[in-house]
Amino acid sequence: MVRDKLGKVLIMNRDPLFFIINLIPYLAEGLLVTLQVSVLSFCFGLGLAALLTLMRVFGSAPLRWISRTYVEAFRGTPTLVQLLLIYFGLPSVGVKFDPLTAAIIALSLNSAAYQAEILRSAIKAIPETQYLSAESLGMSTFQIYRHVILPQALRTAIPALVNEIVTLVKESSLASVIGVVELTRRGEYMVAYTFRALEVYIAVALVYLVVCLAMSQLSKVIEAKFRIPGYERGRI
Amino acid sequence: MKDVLLVKDLYVGYGDQEVIRGISLRITEGERVVIMGPSGSGKSTLLKSIVRLVEPWKGEVYINGVNVLSDEVDIRKIRQMVGFVFQSYNLFPHMTVLRNVMLPLEVVKGLPKDEALKKAIGVLRLVGMEEYKDRYPLQLSGGQQQRVAIARALVMDPILLLLDEPTSALDPELREEVLDVLRNIAGRGISMLIVTHELDFAEDVADRIVFMDNGFVIEEGPPQELLYKPKIDRTRRFLRTIARRLYAVNRYR
Ligand SMILES: Nc1ncnc2c1ncn2[C@@H]1O[C@H](COP(=O)(O)OP(=O)(O)OP(=O)(O)O)[C@@H](O)[C@H]1O
Ligand SMILES: [Mg+2]
Repeated sequence: MVRDKLGKVLIMNRDPLFFIINLIPYLAEGLLVTLQVSVLSFCFGLGLAALLTLMRVFGSAPLRWISRTYVEAFRGTPTLVQLLLIYFGLPSVGVKFDPLTAAIIALSLNSAAYQAEILRSAIKAIPETQYLSAESLGMSTFQIYRHVILPQALRTAIPALVNEIVTLVKESSLASVIGVVELTRRGEYMVAYTFRALEVYIAVALVYLVVCLAMSQLSKVIEAKFRIPGYERGRI
Repeated sequence: MKDVLLVKDLYVGYGDQEVIRGISLRITEGERVVIMGPSGSGKSTLLKSIVRLVEPWKGEVYINGVNVLSDEVDIRKIRQMVGFVFQSYNLFPHMTVLRNVMLPLEVVKGLPKDEALKKAIGVLRLVGMEEYKDRYPLQLSGGQQQRVAIARALVMDPILLLLDEPTSALDPELREEVLDVLRNIAGRGISMLIVTHELDFAEDVADRIVFMDNGFVIEEGPPQELLYKPKIDRTRRFLRTIARRLYAVNRYR
């Protein structure tokens, strides 16, 4: 009903700005689903990425191989194809998910590959001398990673990780293809309803833009909070 | 006198490059030995291999009578007894000075926090860095960072201190503050093996100077002999280059 009323108001009014502004509350509901998909995918992705990184750094040769192959496979194929494979492909072997679950699974698996690369290169960026001096104090490998390497690597990884969640917010629009009613899909509904594709998609784009800008801003705050004091002088 | 360190016919290398070619060395309790030698002669490699930061190829290393290279030895226990100070300080940049010094006590030795704190403050005072305890390493000068690194090694109560060119990364005007700290520590009777090219310092603290070249010890003796009357031509040539550099510095004092 609400939508009918909104629709009528929107169709009646020819002013594009008025149209876009009034569209935004309706799109905001889609934004909640978009955020749900991207934030959950990021978190699951991070968990899996941690496991992949563990395998890569400490694992035996086969485990390292599995981890590397996983990363290459997911980074080397389009996200959309991965999503279609999980939603339309897996049912034929008896594995069926609803659209929302399928989207979250696909994006989690995909993001895990990218986040694993982020974590790995952050660990690699810690100079050898840090390991040496920790070892020279008699620390065990576990202690070295727990107290010396990971706290520094995670700080290094923050910008790239925030960048990854911004990417996820944008890529979650792919979920519209399998029928998840998130931000982009809501836009499509509105286009079908009002036939004003230009204004609708501008409004949709604006919502994405605001969210992504806000996240980058948040990233700066987090980075500043965790920055190693003295590091800004560029010495290390 | 008890041997704190005994190295017998040690060979160390990287890949198929042999770097240490049969070195033997003995340090008795309270003895301070300085190693000199040109760049690439294997000084750092020798120091690292003593605590197996680099795995030796063959030979024997004993610390306090314990065979360091045996399979049964817990190398972490050995490393707790041997302090290591690196040329590039290598403090942990994400921790305050105080946390840097407390970390090995809490994590490695498992001391309770208040005890670790008391000890850490004590050594920081010894190196003159107590008032900087809440700073982060990158907020300090190189000389200050190196003094903290010395404190971090000392806090474990090592029986032997290995120092690899502790002042050579520092600007000349920062060297003395570190050397003074080391002189002070040397006066406390701890055994030390120091790679350094600081001639005055070596003369002051060393009981013996070992001159290395190309993976061999080519000459050793008390500072009075090695620094003033070297027998080997290679030693003399090397000392001359250092002295020339030193003279250039002294000119402006
Ligand atoms: N991690 C390493 N991997 C391979 N080769 C190494 C490594 N570290 C040192 N080397 C080689 O071993 C030889 C001896 O190096 P080392 O650092 O022990 O010399 P040094 O006497 O300490 O020199 P410097 O005065 O420049 O510090 C050099 O030829 C060097 O290239
Ligand atoms: Mg060296």
